[in-house]
Amino acid sequence: MKLIVAIIRPDRLNEVLEALYRTEVRGLTVSRVLGHGGETDRVETYRGTTVKMELHEKVRLEIGVSEPFVNVTVKAILGAARTGEVGDGKVFVLDVKQVHRIRTGERDEAAVTPPLPVEA
Amino acid sequence: MTQLPTLLALQSAPPAVVPADTAWMLVATALVLLMTPALAFFYGGLVRSKNSLNTMMMSYAALGVVGIVWALLAYSLAFSDGNAIIGSTTNALLAGVGTEAKGTIPHLLFMAFQGTFAIITAALISGAVVERMRFGPYLVFLVAWSLLVYAPVAHWVWGGGWLMSRGVLDFAGGTVVHINAGVSALVAALVLGARKDYSRQAILPHSVPFTLLGAGLLWFGWFGFNGGSALASNELAALAFTNTFLAPMATLVVWVLLDYFRTGRATAVGGATAIVVGLVAITPAAGFVSPAGALVLGAIAALPSYFAIVFRSRTRLDDSLDVFAGHGIGGATGALLTGVFAQKAWNSAGADGLLAGNPAQLGIQALGVATSMVYAGFMTFFILKALGLVMALRAEPRTEGIGMDVSEHGEEAYSNGEGSILVIQESKASAPAPVLTPQAAAR
Repeated sequence: MKLIVAIIRPDRLNEVLEALYRTEVRGLTVSRVLGHGGETDRVETYRGTTVKMELHEKVRLEIGVSEPFVNVTVKAILGAARTGEVGDGKVFVLDVKQVHRIRTGERDEAAVTPPLPVEA
Repeated sequence: MTQLPTLLALQSAPPAVVPADTAWMLVATALVLLMTPALAFFYGGLVRSKNSLNTMMMSYAALGVVGIVWALLAYSLAFSDGNAIIGSTTNALLAGVGTEAKGTIPHLLFMAFQGTFAIITAALISGAVVERMRFGPYLVFLVAWSLLVYAPVAHWVWGGGWLMSRGVLDFAGGTVVHINAGVSALVAALVLGARKDYSRQAILPHSVPFTLLGAGLLWFGWFGFNGGSALASNELAALAFTNTFLAPMATLVVWVLLDYFRTGRATAVGGATAIVVGLVAITPAAGFVSPAGALVLGAIAALPSYFAIVFRSRTRLDDSLDVFAGHGIGGATGALLTGVFAQKAWNSAGADGLLAGNPAQLGIQALGVATSMVYAGFMTFFILKALGLVMALRAEPRTEGIGMDVSEHGEEAYSNGEGSILVIQESKASAPAPVLTPQAAAR
């Protein structure tokens, strides 16, 4: 049971989501964040006021997965988020002590396993 | 615009400037100029926020670039005496364009009024290439297109060229402006190719209120566009004005009903589009049809454009903001329906249409539509292919991903200033960069 945190470029988000969907990773949280990964600063000018944009828009993905899903998830993100230029982002894999699914009260492995689709 | 009344006036009396006509045309010129910023809002709302400044600048840039080209050369090519195909360079650099009467208004004012048409026509094309065409090549395209496509077609229909002498009715520019721009947009979209995200992910309008605002302001400006095309403050202007008032209303209602019955929901983007389509359709007919005819024309015009948009969005053709469906098809519908609803009873300088017992007019209208479509399509293809040989028309896929605002203009539409550091010029201290923008400092 791991928590995978990935910081990626916003314009790669759709590709990453597509790749995750193909590897059948379903539960995730996405947030828009600002960050700096050593890339060249962008310069913008507004009527004589020139500014360096130190912080770039990034997207943070948080995905709780069971052990068998750790590697495929990381691989999917690495493949889809890479452009080869500085600023592509990072993937962190963190140990998780406990997970609870709020709806059912299930714990740990059961809580990060997607519920079986309900037959209509 | 029909210049027949003007020409008749020229024959019967020595030309003189009429103050009432001048007053109205001064206002009408300002109204038409406002349509280009309005178009910027209409288009700007329909794109993603990362491309909104670029999209709006494509319209605003036409105000500068096309306006200058118009004054320097294009006006002369369109409106000075020449042959049936093109005018001459008699009035190049505004030579001989002064305060003397042209019709019943000062020649300069006529030039300015026509210039506002050239500007918005070129700006209309941008809707087909947004979110991917580089800004520099776009500016060069504007110059080439104004000279090689707009000026000749304007000469054919309004400047004494061959379509004018065949009796094609185009009151305010259904052919010259809308078919011309619509077909050019279609070709430009094909030459440029689809956006990298097109039909791979959802591309949603970033500000529907902008689009509604733009449509409303376009309508307001269009009273100058159509009403001003009478080139005088008279009964004909009132007819064109009223038809411009009525036709989009019918289009709006029919469009909303179509939306409602097809999807169960009346959309705001659809409503904004309907207003523009109705305005486009009434443009060639405004001074030739009855107000009742305008209502029917507006209602009918909703159908082809509506279904063209539905169909287009299922194809690989990325005419991003549906310039062809709106202006090309809307303009052709209006031009053809002018040949159906025109009545000499309403404008003696016009002609009777199909319903008034003159089916031949419909054929003449079809000739105007077809020739301008072929010419505009071919020339736009040629211009873009030629430009493509010497410069890259499209942004790199990576740049497209970041967005054209940052890459082409070095600005963002909606920056909150977080993480931005003021760059101090070298003459001042090289001390660590001081703080931030007001928003960030206030935190």
